[in-house]
Amino acid sequence: MDYFLQQVVNGLQLGFVYALIALGYTMVYGIVRLINFAHGDVFMVGAFIGLYAIEGARLPLAAVFLLAICGCALLAVAMERIAYRPLRNAPRIASLITAIGVSLFLEYFTSLRQVFGPNFYPFPRPFAISAWEFRNFAITNIQAIIFTVTLCCLVLLQFVVRKTRLGRAMRAVSHDHVTAGLMGVNVDLTISVTFGLGAALAGVGGVLYGFAYPQVNTFMGVMPGLKAFTAAVLGGIGSIPGAVLGGLIMGQSETLTSAYLSSTYRDGIAFLILILVLLLRPTGILGTQRTEKV
Amino acid sequence: MGMKALLGLARFMAPFAAAAAAGTVLSSAGAVNMYWVQIFQLACITAVSALGLNVIYGFTGLFSLGHAAFYGIGAYGAALLMKTGGGESQAFFLASLLAGGAGAALIAWLVGLSTLRLTSDYLGIATLGFGIIMKVVFDNADAFLPQLGGARGMTGIPKMTGVAWAVMFLGAFLFAARNLVHSSYGRALVAIREDEVAAGAAGIDTFRYKLAGFVVGCSFAGVAGGLYAHLYAFLHPSNFDFFKSVDVLMIVVLGGLGNMSGTLVASFGWIFLLEGLRVALPPDYIELRWVLIPVLLVVTMLRRPQGLFGIREFRFLRDASE
Repeated sequence: MDYFLQQVVNGLQLGFVYALIALGYTMVYGIVRLINFAHGDVFMVGAFIGLYAIEGARLPLAAVFLLAICGCALLAVAMERIAYRPLRNAPRIASLITAIGVSLFLEYFTSLRQVFGPNFYPFPRPFAISAWEFRNFAITNIQAIIFTVTLCCLVLLQFVVRKTRLGRAMRAVSHDHVTAGLMGVNVDLTISVTFGLGAALAGVGGVLYGFAYPQVNTFMGVMPGLKAFTAAVLGGIGSIPGAVLGGLIMGQSETLTSAYLSSTYRDGIAFLILILVLLLRPTGILGTQRTEKV
Repeated sequence: MGMKALLGLARFMAPFAAAAAAGTVLSSAGAVNMYWVQIFQLACITAVSALGLNVIYGFTGLFSLGHAAFYGIGAYGAALLMKTGGGESQAFFLASLLAGGAGAALIAWLVGLSTLRLTSDYLGIATLGFGIIMKVVFDNADAFLPQLGGARGMTGIPKMTGVAWAVMFLGAFLFAARNLVHSSYGRALVAIREDEVAAGAAGIDTFRYKLAGFVVGCSFAGVAGGLYAHLYAFLHPSNFDFFKSVDVLMIVVLGGLGNMSGTLVASFGWIFLLEGLRVALPPDYIELRWVLIPVLLVVTMLRRPQGLFGIREFRFLRDASE
């Protein structure tokens, strides 16, 4: 078996999860120009919903995803309504600070014993792991699930953004929310839905992450959140294909650094790539004027 | 420096010298709780670092999410000098602090040269990335310099920072920040913040000024880091991670961007709130500390998005020539 190829497959697994989180960052940034620092914590809540749905309620897989999607979307919509909407016309840094506040709140509130608890909890897998061996590499069923679910989400998202009335409203608000409002677009609703849609993807990502790295904690969203955000910037923030590309690059750089150098350097290398890309292309790889924004 | 400027410096520093003397006497006489004395010093040090970020972000408008990295560079730099050659010498301590500040300034110059062409959020992300890279460097520092301790933390640093050092440095940096902000250089920085294109059209070399503002602000953080290292005599990479950068950013925004009085009050408020809650909450509810703080933060921002102070400055921080 080829070691390099196998690492690339493992990197794809991580990269797809990053891509799912990165989409939420990029959509929210595209529409309200806010770095939603709490997005990584929404991802964490998704993982915990998955944990309880599988362990507590023994629900089928589809219901687990559905529950995580609904829970995260509701959380994000509430967050937007309470903490971000009142500051929409304030200086942008004010909403950035509230985003940090919301993020800290979610992390520490859920780590209370009465909520999720402060420890690391094993994430139950509702199925046995198996692998398909090919000539040069192997793919586990977990990886297959991650690839399939992520690709389905991507296709669905592209459809929503490009082909539906809602998607048109999102693109219009992202372009100019005042004018979009004058043209009859319900700006508040569109922004709420964008938050909900991004959070739904993060919820799916949380459950998938739980399958792949079966240990959850209320602070588990911090680093993936930062990296997914970096991925979104790397790909060109506001661009959906860019977020996916960025996520895949982050996943590869992290996995390959761990495999060939040392896992202690993996965060450093990932961010070094980010800085180098920004120096060469200050708006990210796909972040040109042509890019459509959500 | 002319006679008048020296007089201004003396007038400005006199209350700080008095406070430093009073603090030293009180703490050496055992009249005050040493724990709170330490917290007070931490607040002074945090204020110095936050003043630096205020120069960078509040006055020049450069969004930096990596301030703690420069704080860390100063801390590790000064601590390494003292550990290897300083002994207990006060003069060498002062030199180490300044060297730590200079080190932070040098790195800031290199970082700034490459990244300051980026705008707003992209600059924030690049500095965030630099901060995370520096954390990785601190974590692995023992690989090239065993004295730095790496992920196990750095020990064997002499405890040199006292009330007098902390208060005097705070005074000196407040003086420096005030004079910078009210000078023609400071006006240029504010002009760049308000409108970079217009500032350039008015003949300001915007890149050079942005670089200068960034380097000066980071040197504040470097000196503050050195003071921090010699206050607790222990350094760990997690003292300089992304969250610490966010802490300083929150202080600066809460106080009000481009407001030195606000930074000063918010630094003390922030540090004393953190520690005060530790004491005020019953032991069983101590975890609630970090649940209450974010709520307070969000509510404050919703009520006062422009920061607590707006544009009003304390009298001693206003333009001296007015």
